[in-house]
Amino acid sequence: MTLAGQAPHNPMEPRPFRVERVIKELADCFTLVLTPTDGHCAFPFQPGQFNMLYDFGHGEVPVSMSGDPSRPEELVHTIRSVGLVTAAMQKLRPGDVIGVRGPFGSHWPLAQSKGKDILVMAGGLGLAPLRPVIYDLKNHAADYGRLTLLYGTRTPDTLLFADELQSWSEHWATSLTVDSAGPRWGGHVGVVTDLLDGRVHHAANTVAFLCGPEIMMRFCAYALLDRGFLPEQIFVSLELNMKCALGMCGRCQYGPFFICKDGPVFSFAQVARLFRIREM
Amino acid sequence: MAENDIKAILLASPFFSDFSQKYLELIAECGHETHFSAGEFLIREGDEANEFFLIREGDVAIESHVLGGVLTVAKSGTDGVVGFSWLFPPYRTAFDARAVTEVSAVKMNAHCLRAKVESDHEFGYLFMKRFAQLTMKRMQSTRRQMLDIYGEHQNGKFA
Repeated sequence: MTLAGQAPHNPMEPRPFRVERVIKELADCFTLVLTPTDGHCAFPFQPGQFNMLYDFGHGEVPVSMSGDPSRPEELVHTIRSVGLVTAAMQKLRPGDVIGVRGPFGSHWPLAQSKGKDILVMAGGLGLAPLRPVIYDLKNHAADYGRLTLLYGTRTPDTLLFADELQSWSEHWATSLTVDSAGPRWGGHVGVVTDLLDGRVHHAANTVAFLCGPEIMMRFCAYALLDRGFLPEQIFVSLELNMKCALGMCGRCQYGPFFICKDGPVFSFAQVARLFRIREM
Repeated sequence: MAENDIKAILLASPFFSDFSQKYLELIAECGHETHFSAGEFLIREGDEANEFFLIREGDVAIESHVLGGVLTVAKSGTDGVVGFSWLFPPYRTAFDARAVTEVSAVKMNAHCLRAKVESDHEFGYLFMKRFAQLTMKRMQSTRRQMLDIYGEHQNGKFA
């Protein structure tokens, strides 16, 4: 990574960032807002990229950016507490310092998608790596066609960014679904692919961005292929444990790819074959 | 509402649009238009399954009451079909179907339709094939819901 006007930063060396805010999103999910301790801006990133976050004394994990790319003064990461490192991160408080390496990896192909309809399909925590897309296209809606966001999760109380979803609907045709709900839930109940009916208007001129558990992305990709999408029009974000994030250690090898370097964003054309391998 | 009006509604619905005029007329003879206020039940769990509904407008929640409350397991909206239990014995409904909003629908009389599909097997085949397609779609969706595809255990290790 090269910071404008500064010496190139060693990509293996974590840069210290201060925790400015900790936002509790769900019972097991939280957002960290980070600023550099050196007083400079954080760094620009492309929607879809990730950083390696180092909680000193506990370990380092890859986490996608979930903030607004037009605000490089701070980094925003939304994290689910699933292991020792992320459980320790959930205990971080404002003023604590963590190390950051990044940004790493490929990104959602926004520049190549100008003039087209954009379909975002997210499942569960998969909305977090797509939130930078939602922010970015909200700011540049005129450059794109119809913007559609379809989001599915287990129950209404596990909707991520619930407070923001309403505000996005000004630019994004937003539809929500859950697997089950109480009688007060106003959205759909069923799988996220149900929401596609009547919401894909011109498959040939639409680019789809999918993020969520792999099984969800697989089903969504198949549903889009059934509606006339080509594999090259569908993009997915893959996740695996990582170590170096530089494509050297092989920890995140996925078939012929290193997810850290070649991904995490892939076209479905690249990975469709791998999605079909049970052992992957 | 006249049969011709019901036929026009059927023709405009994706579910019936590929049926011939002759068969649409047969189906229309068994239907009439109906309306529900929000909160009203189209179907009650455990009742005899004597009808199904083609939703023209509005949302319908498929529900079951569980200990301590009501759980919505699916929703149907415009052009959706509500009610499958009328197809096969014992013709007993398995879930509640409740109007979430104002609902306009065509209510199809199951006795009438069952008699027609039994007496004209070509019609019966087409009718059952259409319902089988919808049933397959619903079954696949239900299986995916059962897989809990958003669950923590489905996520990669990318925290």
